[in-house]
Amino acid sequence: MSEFTRAEACAVAIAETFRGDGELLVSPIGTLPSIGARLAKLTFEPDLLLTDGVAYLLANVLPVGGAKGPEPIVEGWMPYRTVFDMLWAGRRHVMMGATQIDRFGNQNIACIGDPKQPKAQLLGMRGGPGNTLNHPTSYWVPNHSRRSFVPQVDVVTGVGYDRAAALGPIASRFHEIRRVVSNLGVFDFDTPDHAMRVVSLHRGVRVEDVVDATGFELVIPDDLSETRAPTDEELKLMREVIDPDGIGSKEVRV
Amino acid sequence: MDKRMSEREVVAELRDGMTLGIGGWGSRRKPMSLVREILRSPVKDLTLVSYGGPDVGLLCAFGKVRKVVYGFVSLDSIPLEPHFRNARQAGAIEAVEFDEGMLQWGLYAAASRLPFLPTRAGLGSDVMKLNPGLKLVRSPYEDGEELVAMPALTLDVALIHMNRADEGGNGQCLGPDPFFDDLFCMAARRRFMSCEQIVPTRELLREGSVHSLKINRMGVDGVIEAPGGAHFTECPPDYGRDEEFQREYAASAGDPDSWNAFKSRYLELASEKDYQEAVKRR
Repeated sequence: MSEFTRAEACAVAIAETFRGDGELLVSPIGTLPSIGARLAKLTFEPDLLLTDGVAYLLANVLPVGGAKGPEPIVEGWMPYRTVFDMLWAGRRHVMMGATQIDRFGNQNIACIGDPKQPKAQLLGMRGGPGNTLNHPTSYWVPNHSRRSFVPQVDVVTGVGYDRAAALGPIASRFHEIRRVVSNLGVFDFDTPDHAMRVVSLHRGVRVEDVVDATGFELVIPDDLSETRAPTDEELKLMREVIDPDGIGSKEVRV
Repeated sequence: MDKRMSEREVVAELRDGMTLGIGGWGSRRKPMSLVREILRSPVKDLTLVSYGGPDVGLLCAFGKVRKVVYGFVSLDSIPLEPHFRNARQAGAIEAVEFDEGMLQWGLYAAASRLPFLPTRAGLGSDVMKLNPGLKLVRSPYEDGEELVAMPALTLDVALIHMNRADEGGNGQCLGPDPFFDDLFCMAARRRFMSCEQIVPTRELLREGSVHSLKINRMGVDGVIEAPGGAHFTECPPDYGRDEEFQREYAASAGDPDSWNAFKSRYLELASEKDYQEAVKRR
């Protein structure tokens, strides 16, 4: 097995969140999510629908960040209006960022502090409310800390499991927070009360590191594993095809 | 019908307190020459409805805005819009925040002359808490599902920017994404479209297929020829985003001195022509 970086481990963990999605529109927000989604498409999920980041669905995989690659093969048109149509129809899995996320997967990308006059204005609601109630949503948090993994988010943009449960079975029937991938590990909500659980830790990360960096109690199973290491094929694809300029490593400090 | 107008004639129709819908998305194909003309005018207390970019940031920085209805405000390559952030963090504007799909639904309801459209988006999120006026509606059918009744976002005026148009108001989007510009026009009482170039109707299909004719003349009251009118946002295939200028714009939010310098250099000029020349000179 070859040496690999933390960013490459994260990209593989992100790719794994799309395993089983099949013929579905995947919307990765951010550089490592884009690398992970393209990696999944080039390996175990060849049927994924991916855009060029603008409005063209591409049948082939281009490198991220505008690096030189093959001629794009356009297989379809996906302007924002059609993205919304796919969203309402549930034909989509989005991976968004989260400035704050809590124990039940509530996400905040709107603002920090009082929404009337925030300490820090962020993006806004974006598609968080609609995404989370209509189709699978995953999160990528490149800076796992007590500032990002918080007991309570300041504004709920993406709906977590506690709030989805409060809506009842009809309104929440399409709700699914599939995974959270951070620079330290992989997390899901597959627990009786859907509290966040550690699935795996990236190589070199200890349980104490994650516990220290998390502002709430995580469910820690006994059979905690290491995040799957990239295969040689995956490393080659990432380094030569998907991210030849290595911009993914800029999103993760470790 | 010849609907050609100047930016100045459009802005002369605006009144304090109006609700203004602005097309485009983030820092993409925004009707910036019309926005810049508003900056030169005395109009104030506007309510903006926008998939927000520097249109929102600039109007906020000039104190033209009372309220912003948005799903996000972003410069794309610079994720957070610094002038909008300044206004929000100073408590200078009222924020009405929706999911971006809810915004589409609100425009579509207004365009369809419906009081609301039902959607699942918003349920369980703080959209409900931040908009206490939002009501739920129960499906009258067997499922009985409870949904958000997204109210119509009716606009006084819509401003959009297209690649080509004819003088009658048929508009052509040659870029990859028409965004929601047609809905903005349909949701508004008065509709103004700037464009890179006005061409004879018979030449509209020379550069794009019939599918690129997204705006028909029923939806437009005035056409403004504004080459470079979307600057510094992107307007493909005519031009990309002026990233260097956008960085300068963003940096000017850092402190009052930089902002005053930026303003006097580019924005406190007599006309759009002067702006375009100042941009070229730098």
